[in-house]
Amino acid sequence: MAHELTTADGVPLRISLERALLRSRIRAALLVVPLMAFLLFAFILPIFDMLYRSVENSIVAQVLPETVVVLRDWDETGDALPDETVFETAVADIQAAFKAKTLGRLARRLNYEKPGMASLLRKSGRRSLRITEAPWSEQLIKIDRKWGDINLWRLIKRESDHVTESYFLAAVDMRLDDLGAVSWQPENRQIYLQLFWKTVWMSGLITILCLLLGYPVAFLLATLPLRTSNLLMVLVLLPFWTSLLVRTTSWIALLQHEGVLNDLMVVVGLISDDGRLQMIHNKIGTFVAMTHILLPFMILPLYSVMKTIPPSYMRAARSLGATPFTAFVRVYLPNTVSGIGAGSILVFILSIGYYITPALVGGRTGTFISNFIASHVSVTLNWGLAAALGVILLALVLALYLLYDRIVGIDNMKLG
Amino acid sequence: MALPVHASSGERAWYYSFRVLCAAIFVFLIGPIFVIVPLSFNELPYFTFTPEMLSFDPDGYSIKWYEEFFTEQSWQDAVANSFFIAIFATLISTTLGTLAALGLSQPYMPFRTTIMAVLISPMIVPLIISAAGMYFFYTRMGISSTHIGVIVAHAALGTPFVVITVTATLVGFDRSLIRAAASLGAGPTRIFFKIIVPLILPGVISGALFAFITSFDEVVVVLFVGSVEQRTIPWKMFSGIREEIRPTILAVATILVCISIALLTTVELLRRRSERLRGMSPG
Repeated sequence: MAHELTTADGVPLRISLERALLRSRIRAALLVVPLMAFLLFAFILPIFDMLYRSVENSIVAQVLPETVVVLRDWDETGDALPDETVFETAVADIQAAFKAKTLGRLARRLNYEKPGMASLLRKSGRRSLRITEAPWSEQLIKIDRKWGDINLWRLIKRESDHVTESYFLAAVDMRLDDLGAVSWQPENRQIYLQLFWKTVWMSGLITILCLLLGYPVAFLLATLPLRTSNLLMVLVLLPFWTSLLVRTTSWIALLQHEGVLNDLMVVVGLISDDGRLQMIHNKIGTFVAMTHILLPFMILPLYSVMKTIPPSYMRAARSLGATPFTAFVRVYLPNTVSGIGAGSILVFILSIGYYITPALVGGRTGTFISNFIASHVSVTLNWGLAAALGVILLALVLALYLLYDRIVGIDNMKLG
Repeated sequence: MALPVHASSGERAWYYSFRVLCAAIFVFLIGPIFVIVPLSFNELPYFTFTPEMLSFDPDGYSIKWYEEFFTEQSWQDAVANSFFIAIFATLISTTLGTLAALGLSQPYMPFRTTIMAVLISPMIVPLIISAAGMYFFYTRMGISSTHIGVIVAHAALGTPFVVITVTATLVGFDRSLIRAAASLGAGPTRIFFKIIVPLILPGVISGALFAFITSFDEVVVVLFVGSVEQRTIPWKMFSGIREEIRPTILAVATILVCISIALLTTVELLRRRSERLRGMSPG
């Protein structure tokens, strides 16, 4: 081509096209911007706030500002207590904090790391006002002998950074020992790894139960004539649309000690009146109610995959001499693997983060990691630990989300 | 999957036992939802059938739990809060979600998959994590324990549903209709309201219904971000089940089941209408 093609007003066609494409791109992006901005504020920043809180650690440096500075020169690896200046500064800081009523926050923060710190600081607050002159260390130690414990000063120095790894360590049952080395929590305080494991295996079992119950139903729906299957589909969609709390309430009515199922079994004579089964407020309650609640999320993806498998495949296998069982295992089942994957990951993701149902029907043994996160946020107020547990759970879920994207593609997500 | 006439007795047995198995699973799916309906008419404050109820003695039944629901102020406040929050959350998420879906369906959308993944994420991130994060952040912003805070939170949770349903309606959208309208002299606004809106309306409405039910059913975020002032129906039910369990909860549950049946019917009708319009399904 000798010379470039141009539009009527002389602009080269290539440039004109690029401009037009750029305009379309900007127009498309502008439509998405409002939602992105809204989600940034309403959803994404909150998540980042939580990420930040899982390592944030400004309390010690805020409440004991001068002590933290003078402690920098102290060698915590030696055997010697900090010198008199440190004690003098610490007394001044504690007095100031007591007057400003910030000592309680410090007490709570340090108590997470070392039980007993809260009572020590509360006790020292008022009494420290009496100390007005040297010898500082002697008088402080007289208030409580623990002030003469070198490990206490090591702890204060260690937690004086603005960032801490201690919440994450606590979330995986580890801690920093007195010298700052990572070690396991004592056996009787190890709960979170077990809890994560329990959440994972119970979610796994719920996923398997959903698959076992969902596969036959999806198969039936996919092979029935459209008119009938549309009708039956309503039976799958209605639970999907029914309030979570309604379904949980139903299971309480059915499963509880004086509930419908126990009554029925007593009337039929299956169990005696004092042999009523404990089916709720334990793992069984969680399994049954969660399987029921998540079953539609398994059936719908399976159904949409099964709908695309031509019935002639099975007939062909049969005509070539396969038994119904072989035809199913060798021909039908492999064709539904993507549906099984999609449904299982979806159910597993939803199950692993569940809170309401385990809280209501799980009792003490059937609760998940979410229940502990909730109680750390609203009961024990250990937000750092709640955030760290949340971040670990989030990482787990996001990994599965990526896997889901690989298998199904987020674009292909469908509802109802 | 009708049984062929030449089926062997083994096949026959398998066919019927499979049907029975499926029927049992359907009972498992639907039974628990309907078992609460008769229980909510119990005369006594029990969560089970009394002998009087089983013998169909009219004295065993009563509507007093419904009366309690309709007369007690705290329940009525909860109803008002639930509708107020859900309606505003739905308006926000439907507007923003529809615009975003229109943008995402443009052929020249940059970073399409990444943006889609972010927009869908409120649906994937476990509620407890969203709730805790929102509680921390909204407290900083000073909007926790306000209606605005709960509405914003619920709107964020509802947007993925709108984005998904509207994008699905736009999949079969014929772009030449827009060009045809433009060539006949319609401006962008006119094209939007005369061409685009009528075609995507079923998707928008079902997305809005999804967003509505998401907010209407949601309890974790309300528990964290809200306070007693923002107490909704699910909140009342949650605390009711935990603290003082009364059949009023069953009456509320029955009413909620009726609402979900109505919503489900609407969404199904819309979906079928939209599929019929686009000639995608014979049903």
